[in-house]
Amino acid sequence: MSVGRMDARIGYIAFNTFREAVRDRVLYNLIAFALLLSGAAILVGEISIDIERLVVVNLGLTAVSIFGVLIAIFIGIGLVSKEIEKRTLYTVLSRPVRRWEFVVGKFFGLTGTLVVNTLFMAIGVFFALLYTAHRFEKMDVWVLVALYFIVLQFFIVCALALFFSSFSTPLMSAVFTFALFIIGNMADDLHGFARITHGAGGWLATAIAYLVPNFSALNVISQVAHGDPVGGRLIVYNTLYALFYSAMAISGAVLIFQRRNLK
Amino acid sequence: MTLTRRTVTRRTNVAAAGALFLSLIGAVATLAAIDHLPRRSIVQESLYISSPKVLRRMSLGYTGLLADIYWTRAVQYFGERHHNGSGDFRLLAPLLQVTTELDPKLLPAYEFGANFLAPKPPDGAGLPGSALDLMKYGIAQNPDQWRLYYNLGFLYFTELKDYAKAADAFAQGAKLPVTSPFMPVLAARMAQHAGEFDTARMLWFTTYQSTKDRNIRENAIGHLQALRVDEDVTQLEQVVEKYRQQTKRLPSSMADLERAGFIHGVPLDPTGKPYKLTADGRIEVQDWKSIFFITKGLPPGVKSPTPALIPKSDAK
Repeated sequence: MSVGRMDARIGYIAFNTFREAVRDRVLYNLIAFALLLSGAAILVGEISIDIERLVVVNLGLTAVSIFGVLIAIFIGIGLVSKEIEKRTLYTVLSRPVRRWEFVVGKFFGLTGTLVVNTLFMAIGVFFALLYTAHRFEKMDVWVLVALYFIVLQFFIVCALALFFSSFSTPLMSAVFTFALFIIGNMADDLHGFARITHGAGGWLATAIAYLVPNFSALNVISQVAHGDPVGGRLIVYNTLYALFYSAMAISGAVLIFQRRNLK
Repeated sequence: MTLTRRTVTRRTNVAAAGALFLSLIGAVATLAAIDHLPRRSIVQESLYISSPKVLRRMSLGYTGLLADIYWTRAVQYFGERHHNGSGDFRLLAPLLQVTTELDPKLLPAYEFGANFLAPKPPDGAGLPGSALDLMKYGIAQNPDQWRLYYNLGFLYFTELKDYAKAADAFAQGAKLPVTSPFMPVLAARMAQHAGEFDTARMLWFTTYQSTKDRNIRENAIGHLQALRVDEDVTQLEQVVEKYRQQTKRLPSSMADLERAGFIHGVPLDPTGKPYKLTADGRIEVQDWKSIFFITKGLPPGVKSPTPALIPKSDAK
């Protein structure tokens, strides 16, 4: 099999995953998002003081993140199991498609869906910003950086959902992924705990702190809401971290899926 | 007569739609009745989770949004109690503490929060100590924000009458790279204990100039008008006293003062109406209900009205 054909096969699986997600009305969440954001932008000035822009950014980006994470988990856990259940996996694998190509294609399909979803939501956030402030400001650029970090977060969550779904039931995969999402948001606390613990416990805490995904560094929502800049080095490191971590989880998923008895 | 399958389906749909509508009305009506029941609001009087650390962990990193929610809750809590004339603001300080610890850069929470906490009830919570703590925490977290030093100085001057500390706060704020040109002047005035009316006027003028929020600007204009009334009434009553000392009787009208050469023309209040001279020699504002925050020129036993504090969205 040539490299070019391998790319085409992964692309085809990714496109089908995207099409299936759209057919499953995943993008309907955009309606809820639009209602939430426009409602908040209009109402917050009535019930609070001096935080219109802050609320648009905080609520907008938090909603983008939460909606995306939920989609990543609930679609990601069914990517493999649904294909097995509907027996379509056997049809796919009976063709010249390798198992790892199937996993990687599924990953790109889901992340592609989330990128498109985030793109529409980002347009919504910027419209709401324009509505509240009547113009764009220089500091709004940092909102784009926060959105980029949220997309990186989706990469990791998608990879984790796919990893767990490669060996576990959909329900347990959802529980594991969501648990890691929560733990990953407390990563700073874990690192702090590891620093003050000594001996074997310290080593264990440090190992756990470095093994669980660190979502804290990927969350700069509050920072950009105040218009504070995000350092270039953090952008580079976060990008590398998300790529490495996603690659690690996808590699794990491939390793397990390769050995899985599908009969 | 047998009904067709289509007719049965249509009847079922109509019945279901009717049941849905009636149930909705019933649910809304019942809830409205529950809302009108006289209940001691135990639920509203609690903070559920008062630890900012716990809340920070529970927020899963979305601390900014949670801080916005708590700040809105603090505004609503204060606005509602202020509107009802309640003197009980026990949750205000904890709400502001949670808000600012979740988002230490949320400047409105310090600026407005201190102004909610410091004044005596019913205008505020009567907790100047908590207001000072809040403002000092704000400065520790945002040492480059001149407005926080300005608010601290304002607090020392208006609520605590501590001129030395007010001068110190204004002087520290004046040293920042980005600051107001009024800060060094205010620091000097505080140090000298210079004329209270002029200083207060400068403070409110700085407040007016340094914000784009229409509510705050209107509030500052209200205070500036009130200062003018208080100053006018003080001066006019001094004039009346001089007249009484010279003529051994009280003036019967403003025209008497004018004829005696004490004033030139009848002075007008900020609404354009002339001040009223009472039979016992006091000066009163004719339409005192239309001027907020005044402390002088009011009929005996009357307090000046204060504007509603619940903000409007068109405050730009």
